[in-house]
Amino acid sequence: MALLSAVTSLANPSRFAAFAERLTPWLIGATAVVFAVALYLALVVAPPDYQQGETVRIMFIHVPSAWLAMFAYTLMAIASLGVLIWRHPIADVSAKAAAPLGAAFTFLALATGSLWGKPMWGTWWVWDARLTSFLILFIMYLGLMALRSAIEEPSRAAKACAILTLVGSVNIPIIKFSVDWWNTLHQPASVIRAGKPTMDPSILWPLLIAAVAFTLLFTTLHLVGMRTELLRRRARTLRLTAAAAAPSALAPEPAA
Amino acid sequence: MTDPHFGYIAASYAIAFAVIAGLILWTALDQRAQRRALAELEARSGRRRSAEGPRP
Repeated sequence: MALLSAVTSLANPSRFAAFAERLTPWLIGATAVVFAVALYLALVVAPPDYQQGETVRIMFIHVPSAWLAMFAYTLMAIASLGVLIWRHPIADVSAKAAAPLGAAFTFLALATGSLWGKPMWGTWWVWDARLTSFLILFIMYLGLMALRSAIEEPSRAAKACAILTLVGSVNIPIIKFSVDWWNTLHQPASVIRAGKPTMDPSILWPLLIAAVAFTLLFTTLHLVGMRTELLRRRARTLRLTAAAAAPSALAPEPAA
Repeated sequence: MTDPHFGYIAASYAIAFAVIAGLILWTALDQRAQRRALAELEARSGRRRSAEGPRP
């Protein structure tokens, strides 16, 4: 009960900003430490794969980026429900702050996937279901950011983006199950799957630590982004208040 | 690392570094800009209030 009331109290933007400010230095420290460990494991400790050779090291960036690309969109879809159903004051702030991060991780997954595909598959790109649905995810992120910047009124932008995010969320299960539903060049799931992961622990553990590092980075940047967005909204309110209080430059001059 | 695919691996890590560094920089600069803008607006609204003088 105490935990629930603590969580619901964070719906207040001022309390949330104070909470995020206290948490940020700890998150920055944890991200730096786990990233250093993940890099050491990925570049020094993990052995070359028996099929991929040293190229497996690209997977320690590619897989966490792809996971986060989908996680960020799922987070935005949940936040969009918060905007449309509960009109939660922090929900739209969260969705807006997550979009550029999600786009960046999607780009990173596409770029590193392509750099892995050329030596392993012999091609930079194929229009298979997994790659194509992932490219659609990237376009969705860009479209959402463009839509938000095209609508000046924040509450209208929030609603429009929430609807588009929810429509686009149909793509997330398509990305996840594309390798099962269609015959793709992209390999099937090897970590998050029914049964045990198919990967050797010597590669699985560095991958999982890298995933934790990327998730901590996302959480830190997302929290800072949300605080920045709250500042931006407060500044906008102050500007509007000042503009309303100032005598209008467009008011007709009194007749002489 | 004397792998024939070293270039692909190095390019992947270089792109990851550039994207992550860019994200961190953009996030930090955006927050600094918003903090400055808000501080300026608050100072201006404070000056305006004090210029209005005490209300009767």
